[in-house]
Amino acid sequence: MTPLQSLRAEWTKFRTVRGWMVGTVAAALMIVLFALLTGASSDQKGAPPVPVGPGGEPVTDSFYFVHRPLAGNGSVSVSVSALDSRVPEGPGVVPWAKAGLIIKQSTRQGSPYAAVMVTGGHGVRMQDGFVHDTAGPRGPVRRLRLDRAGDTVTGYASADGSTWTKVGTARVRGLGATAQIGLFVASPPVVDGGGTAGSVSTAVFEDLRGHGTGDWTGEQVGAESPSFAGYPDNTSGSYTGTDARLTVTGAGDIAPAVGDSLPTGGHLRDILTGTFAALIAVIVVGALFVTAEYRHRMIRLTLAASPGRGRMLVAKAVVLWVVTFAAGLAGTAVAAPLGERLARDHGVYMFPVSSSTELRVALGTAALLATASVLALAVGAILRNSAAAVTAVIAAIVLPYALIAVPFMPAGVSKGVATVTPGAAFAVQQTLVPYDQVASNYTPYYGYYPLAPWAGLAVLAGYAVVSLVLAAVLLNRRDA
Amino acid sequence: MRLALHAEWTKIRTVAGPLWLLLGTVAATVAFGAVATSVVTDPGDPTKVALVGADVGQAPVAVLAVLLIGGEYGSGTVRTTLTAVPRRAVVLTAKAVTLSGLVAVAGTAAVLGSLVAGRFNLPDPASLADGPTLRASAGTVLYLVLIALLGLGVATAVRDSATGIGIVLALLYIVPIVSQTIGDPHWQHLLQHIAPMTAGLAVQSTTDPPMNPWAGLAVTAGWAAAALLTGGLLLHARDA
Repeated sequence: MTPLQSLRAEWTKFRTVRGWMVGTVAAALMIVLFALLTGASSDQKGAPPVPVGPGGEPVTDSFYFVHRPLAGNGSVSVSVSALDSRVPEGPGVVPWAKAGLIIKQSTRQGSPYAAVMVTGGHGVRMQDGFVHDTAGPRGPVRRLRLDRAGDTVTGYASADGSTWTKVGTARVRGLGATAQIGLFVASPPVVDGGGTAGSVSTAVFEDLRGHGTGDWTGEQVGAESPSFAGYPDNTSGSYTGTDARLTVTGAGDIAPAVGDSLPTGGHLRDILTGTFAALIAVIVVGALFVTAEYRHRMIRLTLAASPGRGRMLVAKAVVLWVVTFAAGLAGTAVAAPLGERLARDHGVYMFPVSSSTELRVALGTAALLATASVLALAVGAILRNSAAAVTAVIAAIVLPYALIAVPFMPAGVSKGVATVTPGAAFAVQQTLVPYDQVASNYTPYYGYYPLAPWAGLAVLAGYAVVSLVLAAVLLNRRDA
Repeated sequence: MRLALHAEWTKIRTVAGPLWLLLGTVAATVAFGAVATSVVTDPGDPTKVALVGADVGQAPVAVLAVLLIGGEYGSGTVRTTLTAVPRRAVVLTAKAVTLSGLVAVAGTAAVLGSLVAGRFNLPDPASLADGPTLRASAGTVLYLVLIALLGLGVATAVRDSATGIGIVLALLYIVPIVSQTIGDPHWQHLLQHIAPMTAGLAVQSTTDPPMNPWAGLAVTAGWAAAALLTGGLLLHARDA
C-alpha cells in the first residue's frame, strides 16, 4: 500500500466504527456543554465595576491619597522618614508596600498617573500606567521629588536633599490641565501559603514642599472595588499632621490586576473547563483505535495488507490526530465565544484576551486533545490492552490536572507537576501574564504555568513521540 | 447461586490483575493520605485529611470493577460464563457480591492504613473511638464498595473495558474539577450534591459536612443502583 492508501484505510476504519465517531463528537460537545454551564451558572450582576488601565487591562487602583489640585506644571518634594507595614494574619514583611509622591488625573479609579516611591523591600521605584516600573538608585534615599512639565512627569531621588538622581521619566497622556498631586500609601496583600493576607502600612513624611493650591484632602481611592480586598479587620486609612510631618496609613495597590487580586474575574480557561471531560473521551477513542484491532484479531489482516508496520502506526496516528484536532477546534471555536458571551451577560468581568491569544488557546486546546489521543494510541499499541492503556493515559494527564486544581498544593509541587508531566500541556490555555512588581501566587491553580504555552504542549508531544517510537519498535519485534 | 459465587471467586482469584488492583487501592489511598497529612499545615478536620487518599484509591477500584465484566467481553469468556450459568441475573449478582466482599476488605485495609499514617503525621489525630471518625471510616469503605458496583453496572451496560473505565472515571472526577469554575454557589452545591464522588465523600467530613453524610452516600448508592439496573436489564435483553 502506498502511504496515501494506508491513510485512507485508517480513515475508513475510523469513520465506520460508530463508537469512535460518537466519542469524538461527544468530546467536542462536552467542551461546548461545559462552556454553556460555566457561562450560565455565573452571577455577578450588580458587582462594582472592575477598574481598567489605559491599555484596557484590569488594574488595582486602591490606595490612600493625600492630595490637592495642581494647575499646569509644577513640582513637589518630600522626605520619607519611615515606612512600617503590618500583616495582622500572617508573616510581617510587605516588600511591595509603597509610600511616596503621585500625580494623578483625578481620584477616579484607573485614571492616568505617575508616581515615585520608596517600597518595603524593592528600594526606590518610579511607576506609571499601572504596568510600567523602573528601579531607582541603590543606597540610602532621604528625599523624593516629582516634576510635571506638560505630559512629561519625572521622578527624582536624593540622598542629601541637594543632589538629585533621576529615577525615571514617564509620558502620561490625559493628566489634564489641573491634576491632583500629593502623597500616597499603598500596601498590597502578601502571599501567605496558597492564598493572600491583607496588609496595612503607615508612612511618616517630613518637610513636604512644592506647588499646588488649597488644603490637603485625604481619602481612600477605590474603597469598593473587585480588585481590592479591603483593609484588614480593625484598620483603616488615615492621615494626620502638617506639611512639616505627616503620618499616612493606607492599604491596597496601584498595579495591574493578577489572578488572585481579582478573584471574581473570569478566564478563558474556565470557559474551556470541558477540556477535561473531552480528554477522557479522546483518550478512550485513541486507545481503542489500535487495541480493538488486537481484540478482534483484525491486526493480522491490517498487517497482511500493509506489512510496513511503522507506516501503519504512523497512518493511524495521523488520522487520529487530524480528526481529533478538527473536532477539538470545532468544539473550542463554538464554546469560547458562546461561553464568554454568556458569562458577560451574567455580569462576569472576563480578563481581556487578544484575538491572537484567543486563537492560540483554541488551536492549542485542539492540539492538546489530538496529541493526548495519539499518546493513548501509542500506549495502546505498546500494551495491546485497552483497559490498561486508558487507565495509564488518564492517570498521566488527568491526575496532574487534578493536582493543579488543588488550591493549597505547595507552589513547588504544583509547578513541578506542570513542568514534567503530560499535564504541562494545559499551559496552552493560559492567558495571564505575571508581573515582577506584583507579589502574587503565580501558580498553575491561579492560571500561571511555569512553561510557555507551546513549550507546555511540546512536553506532551514529547511523551507522545517517544511512546510512538517505542510502539513502532515493539510492533516490529513482536508477532501480532 | 452458591456455584455461581464459587465460579466468580475462582475467576477473580486465579488472574493476577485483581490482586494488583486491590493492592493498588490500598497503596494509593495510604500513600496519598500520608502525603496529605505530612504537607498540610492546618488540618481543620484531621479525619478528612487522613482519608483524602480515597480520592485516588477509588480509581483502581473502578478499574477492577469494569474489568470484572469488561474483561470477559474482551476475551469472549462471557459466553462460557453464560453457558455455565444461563440465568444472567445470577451471574451479575454473583459478580457484585464477590466484588463487594473484596473491595470491602481492601477498603478496610486502606482506611485503617490511612488512619495509622495520619496518627504519625498529625499533631491532633483522629481516633476510631470517636463517633464521627468511625462514621467517616466506615462510610469510606462503603463508598468504595458503591464505586465498585457503579463500575460493574456501567461496564455491563457498555460491554467494553476502555469505554467503561472512561465513563466511570469521568463520572467520578468531572464534577469535583468542573465545579471550581462554576461561579454561582447554588449551581455549585447542586452539582456537588448530585455527583457520585462529591456527594458520597461528604461522609468523610467529621466537623462540618457539606451535606448530610448518609444522604450523600445514598446519592452514590443511587448511582450504583441505577448503573447496575441498567447493566442488568441490558445484559438480560441483549445477546452476549
